[in-house]
Amino acid sequence: MEVDEHLFRREAGRLVGTLTHLFGVHNLAMAEDVVQDAFCRALEVWKFRGVPENPSAWLMTTAKNRALDILRRERTAQTFAPELSRLLQSEWTLAPTVQEIFEPNAIRDDQLRMMFSCCHPKLAEEAQVALVLNILCGFGVDEIAGAFVSGRAAIEKRISRAKKVLAGSKRLFDFTDAKDFPGRLSAVQRALYLLFNEGYHGASSEFVVRTELCAEAIRLMQTLLEFPAAATPATHALLALMCLHAARLPSRVDESGNLTLFLEQDRSQWDARLIGEGQRMLDLSATGAELTEYHVEAAIAATHCCAARAEETDWGRIAWLYDKLMAIRPSPVIALNRAIAIAQHEGPARGLEEIHSIENSERIAAYPFYAAAIGELEFRRGRRVVAGKYFRDALALARSPMERKFLERRVEESESAGRSTRRA
Amino acid sequence: MSQFLFVYRNTAQAEQDRMHASPAEMQKVMQNWVAWMKELGEKGYLKDIGNPLEPGGKVVKGKQKSITDGPYAESKDIVGGYTLIEAKDLAQAAELSKGCPIFDAGGMVEVRPIQKMDM
Repeated sequence: MEVDEHLFRREAGRLVGTLTHLFGVHNLAMAEDVVQDAFCRALEVWKFRGVPENPSAWLMTTAKNRALDILRRERTAQTFAPELSRLLQSEWTLAPTVQEIFEPNAIRDDQLRMMFSCCHPKLAEEAQVALVLNILCGFGVDEIAGAFVSGRAAIEKRISRAKKVLAGSKRLFDFTDAKDFPGRLSAVQRALYLLFNEGYHGASSEFVVRTELCAEAIRLMQTLLEFPAAATPATHALLALMCLHAARLPSRVDESGNLTLFLEQDRSQWDARLIGEGQRMLDLSATGAELTEYHVEAAIAATHCCAARAEETDWGRIAWLYDKLMAIRPSPVIALNRAIAIAQHEGPARGLEEIHSIENSERIAAYPFYAAAIGELEFRRGRRVVAGKYFRDALALARSPMERKFLERRVEESESAGRSTRRA
Repeated sequence: MSQFLFVYRNTAQAEQDRMHASPAEMQKVMQNWVAWMKELGEKGYLKDIGNPLEPGGKVVKGKQKSITDGPYAESKDIVGGYTLIEAKDLAQAAELSKGCPIFDAGGMVEVRPIQKMDM
């Protein structure tokens, strides 16, 4: 039978959460071993017997039986989840307790608890994202390092340190703790936002990797929305923004795998279903008094999606929304995007004026699209030679073959145009 | 047609590596095996798909018939399972084994003709 291509990865995420609930968060490594063991068994048995009718149930049962073995064997020597310890001691209550924890609703709740636990305030945002990818999405260290275009050793260190913090946190995040909830929820939103951005804007040149990261962020957001207390306007706005961006992913590269300029993208390739879903989420987000950065970013994305052709874009509105965003979360990257919107609305000279007055621009000096944006606007106002110089600067900073190729083309275009202007 | 036993041998290293493989890598290996077995079956080479073997066990040895626990410290590789194959001759059977995904993980396939009992 056909198996979902992400089956093992997804099941790993579900099982680790559930087993950690059972064993206690200090036994995270034990939970991971049981999951690995279930995969090893599946590998051995399925090779010969074929993939079972319900592979998820097979893996779950295997993991559950293995967990029961461990609990029986080790219960005098080990402490497991403190809140369950009495129930796990007696044979009368052991099996029913384990059974209950493996019920679908309980599994989903534990996934959520794990999601909140990974966003522990003691962890830096990048460590939270790595942990979410590893524990909840089932990505291995190599895969995460690949997605971040980062060294294996650095990622391994980041994850193992983060796991130590998690294992030291005594128990999984407790939803009944009303005091901690709002703060932790916004940490979860932020981590999923960064995870999505890693896919959407990140450095990996592999389209598949990027799509997968975006899809994982959306999947976890959907899980988050199933939990009423987490389904806030900000959560809806964040999912809206992910859907509206993800809808445009297919047109970011052309058929030969080259990055395309946003304004030249083939808009017929935009995913109408995702745009619809994004709009629906945006409507749901429009309650309450709080206007978050996610609301504004989603509104910007929606404005782009509303324009059937690039020329129909309401740049005035987009520039206005970037003003709002700068007020909520000022950053040089947002200022850069704002300047580009102003350039579209009021011409390249105004845009350049804005770019050159960005505060803390040294923080984005290593970002290839900073120099590229200046190049683009210089090109548009006819200063081709200057444009070529900026594109060269950007090219030197390119992070992937795809970016390199894109910028090489811009260098070529401006230099050949520069020559022809001079001749004329 | 003659029959051959494929004995799948994993190195201890490969078994170890597997404990560190990512879920996606494990799934890939699993799917490669399923696809290979399916192909052998569709082409009529599978006499009996065989069985996986549990990694542990007992070893009974010597005149004293002493019983010790497996896995077996003295052997560098561990038999992970077997399959009964039907092929024209040993050369063809060996050729067929080349598609086995075990090679990707550093393991090997032992191809052994089943002795014919010509009476």
